[in-house]
Amino acid sequence: MSLFRIALRSITQRRVASLLTMISMGLGVMLVVAVLSIHGVVERSFANNASLGYNMIVGPKGGKEQLVLNTVYYLSQPVENIWYSYYCEFLPRDERDRLLKESFAYRSHEAAWQTAELAAMAGDQGLVGVALSQSLAAVGLPLAPDARKQTTDGPPVEMGRDGKYGLLTEMAIPVCLGDYYGRFRVVGTTPKLFDDLVYDIENNRKFEFAQGRNFVHHSPEHGYFEAVIGAKVARELGVKAGDEISPRHGTPDGHTHERKFTVVGILKTSGTPNDRAVFVNMEGFYLMEDHAKPLDQQRPGDKPEEAAPQTDEEARKALETKRRKELELLRAADPEPLPVEQREVTAILVGADPMIAPGLENAINEGRDAQLVLPIKVIYELFEFIVKPVQWILLALTAMICVVSGISILVSIYNSMSERRHEIAVMRALGADRYTVGWIILLESTLLALGGGALGWLAGHTLCLVASPTIEDQTGVTVGFWNWEPAISLATLLGTSSGKLATLSLPLELLLVPALLLLAIIVGFWPAVSAYRTDVAKSLGK
Amino acid sequence: MLTLRNIKKSYREPDGTPLPILDIPKFTVADGEQVVLVGRSGCGKTTLLHTIAGITRADSGEIVIDGIDITTKSEGYVDRVRAAKIGYVFQTFNLLPGFSALENVMLGMTFARGRKDHGRAMQLLERVGLSHRLAHRPAALSVGEQQRVAVARALANKPSLLLADEPTANIDQRNQQKIVDLIRETCREEKVSLVMVTHSTEVSGQFDRIDRLEEINQVKIDDTSAGAAA
Repeated sequence: MSLFRIALRSITQRRVASLLTMISMGLGVMLVVAVLSIHGVVERSFANNASLGYNMIVGPKGGKEQLVLNTVYYLSQPVENIWYSYYCEFLPRDERDRLLKESFAYRSHEAAWQTAELAAMAGDQGLVGVALSQSLAAVGLPLAPDARKQTTDGPPVEMGRDGKYGLLTEMAIPVCLGDYYGRFRVVGTTPKLFDDLVYDIENNRKFEFAQGRNFVHHSPEHGYFEAVIGAKVARELGVKAGDEISPRHGTPDGHTHERKFTVVGILKTSGTPNDRAVFVNMEGFYLMEDHAKPLDQQRPGDKPEEAAPQTDEEARKALETKRRKELELLRAADPEPLPVEQREVTAILVGADPMIAPGLENAINEGRDAQLVLPIKVIYELFEFIVKPVQWILLALTAMICVVSGISILVSIYNSMSERRHEIAVMRALGADRYTVGWIILLESTLLALGGGALGWLAGHTLCLVASPTIEDQTGVTVGFWNWEPAISLATLLGTSSGKLATLSLPLELLLVPALLLLAIIVGFWPAVSAYRTDVAKSLGK
Repeated sequence: MLTLRNIKKSYREPDGTPLPILDIPKFTVADGEQVVLVGRSGCGKTTLLHTIAGITRADSGEIVIDGIDITTKSEGYVDRVRAAKIGYVFQTFNLLPGFSALENVMLGMTFARGRKDHGRAMQLLERVGLSHRLAHRPAALSVGEQQRVAVARALANKPSLLLADEPTANIDQRNQQKIVDLIRETCREEKVSLVMVTHSTEVSGQFDRIDRLEEINQVKIDDTSAGAAA
């Protein structure tokens, strides 16, 4: 009969106490497995979220972490906004000119051009000159000395050229934040977000639709007012394609906008923050009340402002008039797009060759209008400095729980020693030496630790399996019973920087086996010594 | 087979003064010889058996078993000698409760290197009439059956010497003789020397050689100090 079998028999002989001890150890291991799984889920979730499909974010000056949290995760509040015309600097000439046509300046240019044409037909050369000069100045062409005069509100609307960064940029998608639908962020953007953005470059995956289609710039049925809903939003709020939604302004408790968007598509779960957002056509977003930049910051060529009201009564009337005009605009079935000068964007998602990133970063960050951040860098900094330490603290706490469970093994075995002294003495009388009985106790402690560990492992993974739908719902990360993440590289484990070892890794959970063995030896050592020291003659009796 | 020379053993009183228990100038047992050792309670019979088995170390003297003086050997060596050459039958059987009858017999072989002989364990249990109780645990066996398992266990390693410490003390009259016969016959067949301690005159009367411990032990123990030597 082997020593292993003797130890096993000793455990089964005190099956209730042994089971309780193993459960205690199992609970500790279950927590470790759960924390490691959470660790893996968080890492994968971060990796998913860091798989953006763009490599730069341009936004207003301020905290880069806030800009990333706000733009990538839709958390926190926007820092500020940047000029729409600044967004146009990331576009090639044709596209830029097309967008800038929706401006007061262009409309003034067209009006002046028409005046010049009419003057020419009437033979008034003086008027033609003035009108042409005004027309070209309105769109920033250098005919008149003051044509490119910059206002204090931002850069002028200049047409007929590539955007300043247009030739360096492969993709630029604007996003506008500020409204909510339920507890979820409403994101005003362009159809490019779903048409062009490859968010999972490794697998060449774009965002896919579970229902319906992407919104379009302008549709015959819904005009500028189409929306696409993230998978989680649709599940949680029960929204389906064809429904109409009205965002709330500013906060989840803000006033409800009168303008309704028609849901034309529901996204498939992607495991990205886009699962938790509502996307509306940016043109429609601008046309909602309180979304237009105030009129006192208009560009040259705008209508002059009316005289400031002198009395409260006049002020009230002016406000009512303004409100009535806005509502008329809002209620219009298919209103004109908001002029460029009244538009702002919260951030621009920029895709560009990583080689030019440093140059672009310098060029933009040295200016006073905006900043460029590299989101992956910020995300990993956040992960390394905030999330990882918390995870390690959790892991350390659960490891301490394991140690406490280990002490319960010590207490259990040690308490049984008084009743087992006689058994040990009998074994000694049968020829077992001191080391053999010590080994039997160590084996027993090891079996209890490993048995408890196996129970805990099963319980931990069952927990993962049970919690899998919730985890997937919350993070988009799929967790199964055989979830072995996270992995640790052998090089890290052995403290070397060998190139070959760096490519090999093993699941962190496997470290539980040597850790439990070590714990078993430590906690079994004391009872083993007690067995070793048993006085055979005294304990044997007759 | 067994020779004791000038064996002295004493315990310590709580106040530290030595309490002599054994002082045996000479005691020998020949190969295959069967000796019964009698004496009143507390005269040191169990201490003598423990000392012969190496469970208790003698203060001085020689204990030679099969030519090996165990008093000059390390504890580990003595453990191995005990495992290989000595069988021990206890008054209270000392079967391990978590193990079956067969496993208890096998346990006797576990600690003697290279002697795990399942067939012999089965054979011994068959011999003591327990072939139908192999898987039973001690609690499921009668007292007589338990002692028979203990006898089989003591003989499992084919020892040269069997020490039996009042093996019939806890057994009813009817089974006493069966156990004594079993031990004596098996020892005879296996050519094992036997030293049996007993109080029973019926049992001792069956032996050719009866040694009174009071006669071979130079220490005269009165009734007041008897407890320490039990």
